[in-house]
Formats: sequence, C-alpha cells, structure tokens
Amino acid sequence: MRPGTEAGAAPYLLAAPLWLVLGAFLLVPMAAILVVSFFDYDSVRLIPDFVLTNYADVLLSPVTWLTYLNTLKYTVLVWLLTVGIGVPIALFLAFCVQSAMLQSVLFLVCTVPFLTSNVIRMISWVPFLGREGLFNGALMGIGLIDRPLDVLLFSDFAVVLAFVHLYALFMVVPVFNTMVRIDRRLIEAAVDAGAGPWAVLREVILPLSKPGIAIGSVFIITLVMGDFTTVRLMGGGQRASVGLMISNQIALLQYPAACANAVVLLALVLLMIAALLRIVDIRREL
Amino acid sequence: MTNAKTIGRRTALGLAGAAVGSGAITGFPTIWAQNIRNITLRQFGTGVSNLNALADKVKQDLGFTLAMTALDTDAVSQKAVTQPRSYDIADIEYFICKKVFPAGVLQPMDVKRIKNYDKIVPIFTTGRLSANSRIAQGTAPHTVGFVEGPTSVKFAAEPTGWMTLIPTIYNADTLGIRPDLVGRPIRNWRDLVDPAFKGRASILNIPSIGIMDAAMVMESLGRVKYGDKGNMTRDEIEKTTAFLIETKRAGQFRAFWKSFDESVNLMASGEVVIQSMWSPAVTAVRSRGIACTYQPLEEGYRAWGGGLGLSKNLTGIELDAAYDYINWYLSGWAGAYLNRQGYYSAVLETAKENMTPDEWGFWMEGKPAQADIKSPDGKVLEKAGAVRDGGAFTERMGQVACWNSVMTEDRFLVQKWNEFVVA
Repeated sequence: MRPGTEAGAAPYLLAAPLWLVLGAFLLVPMAAILVVSFFDYDSVRLIPDFVLTNYADVLLSPVTWLTYLNTLKYTVLVWLLTVGIGVPIALFLAFCVQSAMLQSVLFLVCTVPFLTSNVIRMISWVPFLGREGLFNGALMGIGLIDRPLDVLLFSDFAVVLAFVHLYALFMVVPVFNTMVRIDRRLIEAAVDAGAGPWAVLREVILPLSKPGIAIGSVFIITLVMGDFTTVRLMGGGQRASVGLMISNQIALLQYPAACANAVVLLALVLLMIAALLRIVDIRREL
Repeated sequence: MTNAKTIGRRTALGLAGAAVGSGAITGFPTIWAQNIRNITLRQFGTGVSNLNALADKVKQDLGFTLAMTALDTDAVSQKAVTQPRSYDIADIEYFICKKVFPAGVLQPMDVKRIKNYDKIVPIFTTGRLSANSRIAQGTAPHTVGFVEGPTSVKFAAEPTGWMTLIPTIYNADTLGIRPDLVGRPIRNWRDLVDPAFKGRASILNIPSIGIMDAAMVMESLGRVKYGDKGNMTRDEIEKTTAFLIETKRAGQFRAFWKSFDESVNLMASGEVVIQSMWSPAVTAVRSRGIACTYQPLEEGYRAWGGGLGLSKNLTGIELDAAYDYINWYLSGWAGAYLNRQGYYSAVLETAKENMTPDEWGFWMEGKPAQADIKSPDGKVLEKAGAVRDGGAFTERMGQVACWNSVMTEDRFLVQKWNEFVVA
C-alpha cells in the first residue's frame, strides 16, 4: 500500500464519527420530516403520497401568517430586551469589575437561576403576577391602583417577561466572552487619542463585541422561534406561536401538517441566521 | 390534476389496507403452557381510570399483573394507532374509538364471553338510558360500540355481539363555578359569556370538546340551532368560531386550559369564576377548602365515556386473561371504586352490592349523605348532609345533550379553532 493512500484516508476516518453522529441523529430525522411533510393524512393515518396540500395550508392560510407574525413579534421584542439588558451586564462584568476573582463570582451569580428547571422558573411567575398575586397585592397595598391589573398575566407582557427572564443569560455569556478578550491597549489608545467614555464604547467596544452579540442573537432567535411551553403557560393558552401550532398539530395526529410547518419554520430560522452571519463574521470569534 | 391526485390517494389507501389485512401481526404462539400468574397485561389510558388500586386488586383477585401507563388524551390516541404492539389493552374514550378502531389495531370482543353483558347500562348498547329517552347528539357510545363481525372494522348500527369497547367509566360534564364569586344563580350555558364575567371566564382548549361547549353556549343564546352539535357542518363551525373570536376579542376569557391541573389552578386562584370543567377538577378545588359547584344547566350536559379495547395482537392465554380481567371489571369491586370517585360505571347492579347504602344514595340517587362521604383512599369528600351537584344518576345521565365526538369536518374544525386561539 502506498503511503499516500493512507494519509488520504486518515482525515476522513477521523471525521467519520462526527459524520455518523450528525447523519444518524440530525440528517436522517430531518429527511424523515421533509418526506412526511408531503404525505397525506386522515384523522388517524399517515398516507404515503406526494401532495402539496400541507404546504398550501401553511403558506396560504391567514392564520399561519398571523401566527408567524406573532412569533416574530416575540422574537424581536425578546431580542431587543435581552440585548438591552445583556450588553450592559456584560460590559459591567468585563470592564467595571477589576478583580478577576470578583468577576468569576458575579458571573456565577448570573447563572444561579439556571440551577432550577426552566419550567419551574416560568411557572413561578404565575402566582406572582396573578390577579390575586403578590405584585398586584403590593401595588394595591401602596395605593397605586385600586383594582388588580389583568395585563400582568396571561398576556403578551407575561410571555415576553418570561422569555427575557429565561434567556437573558444566553446573551450575557457570549457578549461577556468577547468583551473580556478585547485588547485593553486598544481602549488606552482610544483614550490617548482623545475619545471620551461614550466614544470608546461606540467606536471600540461595541464593534469588537459584535460577534458575541451575534452568537447571543442566534441563541435567542432559535430559542424563541421554536418555543411552545412558555407561550402556552404564560399566554394562558390565548396566545399563539409556531411551536405551539406544531405541538397542537402533533397532538391531533396531523403529522404531515406539523412536518410542513416545521420545515417552513426551519427555513425561516436558517434564513434569519444566514442574514445575521452576513452582517457579522462570527468565525473570527470561533 | 385532481384526478391524478385521487388515484394516488386510493393506491396509497389500498397499500395501507393490504399491509393491515395481510395479517403479518400474528402475536405470540399460543402453545406456551404458561401459568396465568406469569402473565402481564399492558394497559394504557388517561389518568382517570388507570388507577394503581385497580392493578393491585387484579393481582390479588386474578393473579396476573396489570401494568398501567397513564397518558394525556392526545397521546392516548397516538399510541393506540401508531404503536399497537406496545399494549395489550387500550383504555380509550368512545370518540377516540371512532378514529382508532377503523385503523385495525384492536379486535372486537365476543359478548358471549362477557358474563354481565346483559347488565351493562343500555346507553352503551341501545343508546337509550330508558325505553323512552332520547339519544343525544355527538359520538354516542352505542354508535361505535359494535362492529359487524369478529374481523370487521366497520361500526354496526345495532348490537351485533361483537363489541369494540367494554365501558369502564363515563360522566356528564357541565360548567364549574365559584358560587362565592359569581354573585348570582347560574342556570344556562350562555352564562359563560355573560359580560358580567368579563375577563373571568375560561373554556377548554381541546378543539373537539371546546367547540361543543361553545355550541351549548350558542344554542343557549339562541344564535344557532345545530343539526348535530357533535358533527357540525362547515357553516356551523364557522358561525361558532366567529362567535368565539368575537367573545375573545371583547376580553371575556381570562385563559384557555388544556390540562386538568390548569383548570384547578385557574379556579382555585380566583383568576376564573366560571369555566368548562371536569368533575374531578371540581373535587380538587373543593378539597382545598374553596367553594366550587359543578353546576347543572337547563340545556343539559356534555357527556363522555371510556372503555377497554383489546389489542389485535392478543391471543391464546393472554386473550383469556384479558377476558377474565374484563369480567372482573364488571363484577362490582371496580365499579364501586369508580362510582366513589364521582364517575359512573358500566354495570350498576354489581357496583351497588359493593357500596354502602349511604354511598349508593349519595352518588347514585342524589340523596343527602347520612355520614361523611369518603373517597376510595379515605379522604373526606363531602360532609354529612351534602347532596351531589346535579342529583341522581338518571337525572344527570338522562339530561345529556351531546357526547364528545369526532366530526367529519375535523380538519376544518382544527383550522378554525386555531384561528380562535390566534385571534
């Protein structure tokens, strides 16, 4: 055997485990979803076929458009809020806290809520925000309102609040990670060149943090676009999202419709992420 | 184009039929001279009747093991159809049976092997509680209770001797209210959408059942007269959901609920004062010391029922064990157990023998309790002197307006229901 052949095969062999795992657990299921999305169905059975009705139902119905719009609305709101909250926190941790020890401690503090389950963190808002809840009770106690605010729970407000609470850390971590890696000498140079604190932030720190923000955004977009439990629990069943729509279709044994929806959702999310990556080069960061 | 599509469909249907008909599924060899004690029957169903106490008693009385799995309503129909080899006994609702049985995953039961068959409440055989009672709308159990023969999947109009499900439990559902918070007597389904309860009402978010509660409201308001609430026309579905959307936009509903515990929490926390409810949820609210009434209404009840079906894969000694189990189920102990939870059981005569006269009077005859009424696990449910909401069995089951159902326009309904949820 010639040595060349061996060298040629080695990289493929080394990459093979990853390919096998991705193939078996990502590509095959996705292919199955794609195939089933063209099937026909009745109330109990899948009927192997090639029909476009599932896609027609998704793309031509005003209900799905509204649902997609509503999901996008949540995504945009949550994204704006998590950036608005996450970037200052990361900034504080990376630049205002001088001691590395304190930095790690504070960072760990940020992760404490994640020690409990996602669902529990979400449900704990229910008694807090309810009509007879703590918050309404407090507001009435100090005389700010004379009857409970209904809008606090089972509303868009509640959904967005829970999302931000659940996912803000996914923005903080990557942004913090990029910020600590910014070369401090760049900031010194900017200051020496006469830049004030705002100019440093605007001209140096934020541009260099973009990859972190982009990675955080990818997390937020995929998490919010695909969610169904938060919307169902915090929206009191009265709000819709694509994930919830898919979960309802699965519950009603309408697998092909759910698959078609999943394919459309996947395409949409991939497009959003592709657009994001066109703007920000995150490879540099990885 | 249309033509080509139809052919494609038919071919596919044919293939599916052939796959089922070829009988590739033959089950276990029957020659196993196995002791019945080694048998395990796998049963699955919703939480309401999948009770460990029943499995324990079966082990004690019959000797074999009953392995129970509890799932939610949607998951039950999925499992029944898509994983027929994963269970021996399916505990499913009659309206789900309408979808599941035609899929060819269950085998009908020979009524000659069922001892108390003649004593089963006639709702499940002829459809009439008494000789002159009216048959309610929807998927009434007797319409999907029999098939034409031992291998048929076609529902028969009359009792044929081949039963699809043996009824286990059934009940009549209505609205639950918080008597302390509604501030006036509630008598009709239309009270659910009374603007007085704006932002304090809820409806259940299971399309096939929610639409029927909505239909009861619509009829009560006099807005629509349905041909069959359990099988609406497109026009009727459209009118009903349009009304629901209008009501939702006006802010009538506080939330929609999907699971039992959600309805309990909505009611117990006072977020909601009137809503669609299931009877054990009312009991759960009351057991927290909060007043809650399962309010009988003039227009009648929406009823549901479930039963045990046998997997097509059951043969030989396992099949014999399954028949033993079913005969045991109807022999009284299980019936009494279920009656004590506020449900109704299939054979009342035998259940009565297993209940005290006071229990029977309270649960079945609408009489005031002489002593405290306890649940099967010994918790006090009602104090002496209490009367069951809605009264006697015949009053409640005799006032059924509609059964839970699957509609022909199922897909359209779901589409419209989604519009309502999104609105």
